Amino acid sequence: MLAPVLHVLPLTTIVRERVLPVAGKVNASVNQKVNPTDVVAEATFAREHVLLDVARAFGVTAKAADKMIKVKEGDRLSQGAVVAENGGFISRAIKAPRAGRVMVAGGGQVLMEVGEARIELRAGLPGVVTRIVPERGVVIRTVGALIQGTWGNGRVENGLMTSLIEKEDDVLTADRLDVSLRGSVILGGHVRDQETLRAAADMPVRGLIISSLNVSLIQPAMQMKYPILVLDGFGAMPMNSAAFQLLPTHNKNEVTVNAEFPDRYSGGRPEVVIPKQVENEPEEPQDFVPFAVGQRVRLRRSPHTGMIGSIADLPEGLSKLPSGLHAPAAEVKLENGEAALVPLVNLEVVG
Amino acid sequence: MPTSLVQNESILAIEVGSATTRAVLFDVVEGQYRFVAAGRAPSTAEAPFRDIGIGVREAISSLQEVTGGRLLGQDGNLIAPSQPDGSGVDSAVATISAGPIVRTVIVGLLPDVSIGSARHLAESTYSRVVETLDLSDHRKPDQQLDAILRARPDLVILTGGTDGGASRSMMKMLETVGLACYLMPQQKRPMALYAGNRELAGDVQELLGEHAGMLKISHNVRPALDEEDATSASGELAALFVNLRQRQLKGVDELNLWTGGNILPTSYAQGRMVRFLSRQYESTRGLLSVNIGASATTVAAGFGGDLVLRTYPQFGLGENLSGLLQHTDLESIMRWLPLDISPNTLREYLFQKSLYPGTLPATSDDQAIAQAIARQVMYLAVRAARRSFPVGGQASRDVLPSLDLIVAGGGAVSDGLSLGQSLLMLLDAIQPVGILPILIDQNNLLPLLGVAAARNNYLPVQVIDSGAFIGLGTVVSVSASAKYGEQILRAKMTYSDGTDARVDLKFGGLEVLPLSSGQTARLSLQPLQRADAGLGPGRSGSVTVTGGAMGVVIDGRGRPLQLPSDPVRRRETIKKWYYTVGG
Repeated sequence: MLAPVLHVLPLTTIVRERVLPVAGKVNASVNQKVNPTDVVAEATFAREHVLLDVARAFGVTAKAADKMIKVKEGDRLSQGAVVAENGGFISRAIKAPRAGRVMVAGGGQVLMEVGEARIELRAGLPGVVTRIVPERGVVIRTVGALIQGTWGNGRVENGLMTSLIEKEDDVLTADRLDVSLRGSVILGGHVRDQETLRAAADMPVRGLIISSLNVSLIQPAMQMKYPILVLDGFGAMPMNSAAFQLLPTHNKNEVTVNAEFPDRYSGGRPEVVIPKQVENEPEEPQDFVPFAVGQRVRLRRSPHTGMIGSIADLPEGLSKLPSGLHAPAAEVKLENGEAALVPLVNLEVVG
Repeated sequence: MPTSLVQNESILAIEVGSATTRAVLFDVVEGQYRFVAAGRAPSTAEAPFRDIGIGVREAISSLQEVTGGRLLGQDGNLIAPSQPDGSGVDSAVATISAGPIVRTVIVGLLPDVSIGSARHLAESTYSRVVETLDLSDHRKPDQQLDAILRARPDLVILTGGTDGGASRSMMKMLETVGLACYLMPQQKRPMALYAGNRELAGDVQELLGEHAGMLKISHNVRPALDEEDATSASGELAALFVNLRQRQLKGVDELNLWTGGNILPTSYAQGRMVRFLSRQYESTRGLLSVNIGASATTVAAGFGGDLVLRTYPQFGLGENLSGLLQHTDLESIMRWLPLDISPNTLREYLFQKSLYPGTLPATSDDQAIAQAIARQVMYLAVRAARRSFPVGGQASRDVLPSLDLIVAGGGAVSDGLSLGQSLLMLLDAIQPVGILPILIDQNNLLPLLGVAAARNNYLPVQVIDSGAFIGLGTVVSVSASAKYGEQILRAKMTYSDGTDARVDLKFGGLEVLPLSSGQTARLSLQPLQRADAGLGPGRSGSVTVTGGAMGVVIDGRGRPLQLPSDPVRRRETIKKWYYTVGG
């Protein structure tokens, strides 16, 4: 059976595709170095449309109205520009109510898109552009530490990371956030109250990387303007030891927090990237591998959610679990010395 | 005895769910189709795999381990047809429920008429209605256009107008939908189903044919104001759903090749089977099937060949669990728990499970929480679907009509549970009334039989007759207005050998009388205090009942089921009920 891999790696090669949701213009070129906040592609899209019913306004057939329409598809119009004119003895005109672009003209009607909005696509990580996705975005390659999480509030930022975590089950509280941390990315433990999120916003910080989040704070976290990346999940959970051993060692390093909202179909997931300069580029990590004895694994469900262990045995066939279920399972030796029989679907390989 | 139309054809049936992929082998044994074996594997539609083919091959490999036969070639492809050395299968069929929720826009004329029918169609598959356009909508056409674009639909269902009826208003809305499709990027244009006034079919083709991702035109779902016939529209919708999944999920194309196009949405296949069975067994009062899965809970009910099919992704046990509290509250889930846990623990459980939908409960406490949630989602789904059932003489829409049979499937109702626990879950969640048998579809065969029926008409009947489902037994549900502990029924069961068993049922109690599978007995019922044991309020009588794994179960807990309000007493009562059905 294949196992999903949670990447918690001190040094690896990271390749990520960044694309716009709609077609637009790519600003970067192949081999260009980019920073996380660089805009690599941009697009404009219409927030609204205006339908001008020329035939109805002039009281004529659609065919007759088409002859009165003075604009064509693709025309950019300023507010008040003439869209159609009936050309009678006392000529009447239909004018563009707002500036915009003609999308369709025909059938006695004109459809304009108005209220253009702009989308800017940021690189999201520092690196080198290796490929252009025409009209959509880029593929970026970088080398560094990679730490993946389970949930993010959809924001991206980079900055110097300050570690405020001393043990895995630390709680990050508002009183630990002082003015000296302004502009930092904070590494903390569990966040249990809204006051902490607000205090971080007031600083402001450039991001929070935390072990876990009180489930009632999901909505407030979505409202925050800075990235919040949750490593292990919801509820009072300690930081998994793999992340705890790696992240604090990069205290005061420049980190990129891509608190991408997890998307199970596109594969997007929140991650921290800490760029490093190396002579020899390491291999790209695999996203899934077959289960094997000796693998380091993270448990994804109670009673040991977030804990790290290693596979001691992979019994053949189905194992009977204490829940009464029969499922393929692994004997896992947890870091606290306990042993547990865990369904394979509750495990992800750390690597 | 009927013989198969396609002689000795082995059929591999694959179900691609959002959490689990199953591979099931049907073959001819002694001249009759039988369920041979099943294999399963975690589904791989989602990241990091993002190819359903990986899970399909693993499920088939698991099936190979069970049967010892070889179904996959060295190249990883399905061996079909079967080979002289015994490897391979003659044909394959599949159902699919995996994939993201289908964002659906419904368009029609009258909110209570055509929009109602469009909503029923949307609810027959794995969709969520994200925008509605109808005559009561006073937005300007350009505002409606923007609303459709913002909704980012995967599917548009258009209904409205009786055949030969209104067309002008419908045409306006069609133009708006056509414009919206035209403005969307080519690869994101929605699938469209038109099931309205047939006289507009040509205009629909002209307006939407080139701009929709794919357009299907079916018979009018509302040929007359007082008539709804979704048969043709449901079939076309099923085809659109599979096409949508081909566009969204890697591996569906390959499965389509393997099955020669015999892929159906799982819920549609379940509904097809329920309709068939309700005709086959001439069910007059109704046959109810509930399937609870990670993608959705599906309720299919057949009433003399008429089908009510409702699919509720919001009541799925997978990624949508994080949104469950929009439809219910924590207390309503906790009422089913024999454990004392905090509301916040339950809330965390829902959100954590939605992050990892494929995970399984490893401990008994975890399993108890999972079962409580399953009870509540099944309860909500059956209550929601019940609104479309015939009234059935019940005063309250909260109480089900009397039915002929219940068949339940899905891992949550069978995996890791004793048969008694499964039965108790169904009694708690469905709360049937009257006297009826209950079956468990342990291998989730019902949808697969529905899709396999396309290959061979005899297969479903022969497989069901061979005992592929587990008969839990006959349930007698007693409705009464009484105080807890008051006697409401005297029952005597007389076995075929002349011996008997008697029981005095108290309100709030649950009694089990042993009666083995395949055996019948005569059950005399004497209700007290105008209680209704399925024969009418206060009416006594005798009925012949069939046995099952749990025998005959008499449920005196009231309809709707009454649970003690005190949490400690409630948990003790729940444990007592568990004990009664065998722990």
